[in-house]
Amino acid sequence: MHFISFLENGKLTVALTGEIDHHCAKAYIQNIAGKIEAYTPDVCVLDFGEVTFVDSSGIAVVINALRSMTQIEGKLVLTGIGAQPMRVFTASGIDKLVEIKEAVS
Amino acid sequence: MKFTNYMILEFPSKSTNEAFARSAVACFAAQMDPTLEELGDIRTAVSEAVTNCIVHAYPNDLGVITLRCRILKDNVLDIVVKDKGVGIPDLEQARKPMFTTGGAERSGMGITIMESFMTSFDIASEPGKGTAVHMRRRLQRRQ
Repeated sequence: MHFISFLENGKLTVALTGEIDHHCAKAYIQNIAGKIEAYTPDVCVLDFGEVTFVDSSGIAVVINALRSMTQIEGKLVLTGIGAQPMRVFTASGIDKLVEIKEAVS
Repeated sequence: MKFTNYMILEFPSKSTNEAFARSAVACFAAQMDPTLEELGDIRTAVSEAVTNCIVHAYPNDLGVITLRCRILKDNVLDIVVKDKGVGIPDLEQARKPMFTTGGAERSGMGITIMESFMTSFDIASEPGKGTAVHMRRRLQRRQ
């Protein structure tokens, strides 16, 4: 697992990569929480553009990021979600909890 | 039950095998000429079933997971994921969306996803003996 993140005008963008399943979910959750804690951004964007697969572990990754952002009264946005991850997010109703944008703005 | 092809896999409940199991089933299902969406749904459902064995069936040590796939008539993929783990004391509770005993890194959506992504889904469990998940997906025939 490796991902790049950058901070610009209070907006933290985290570019996730690969397949998100239970095997790697904990590392993703801790890594994202660490970045939010370190930068305390107004907005955190999780970019799924390079993510090829997620299962329900991906939902936990999003919910944990949402929890971290809610604690600091910030906003969470998801972007670049492919067809397979989108089906998982829609089935779980997470698309109703978090703002989803199609492309990186 | 008539079937045209089958495969059986056995592997230890290591989390690295989640990716192996879903990829193996996707490779096997490729002969049925699935759409990308069908293949994505099948990979997701298998990932959920195998993850449940790893997280819940064998919480403290490694155990054996058996995965059987068969191709039934009318282009139906039949999948059984079985363990000899601790079993599920309350199946009704386990099937509820958002219910989990797995902590903050689990979402409690695994069974809900298997139910909604597959044509049929069934789970049988006996505490102390193990759990078997049986699911089927009918694939559309492409013209």
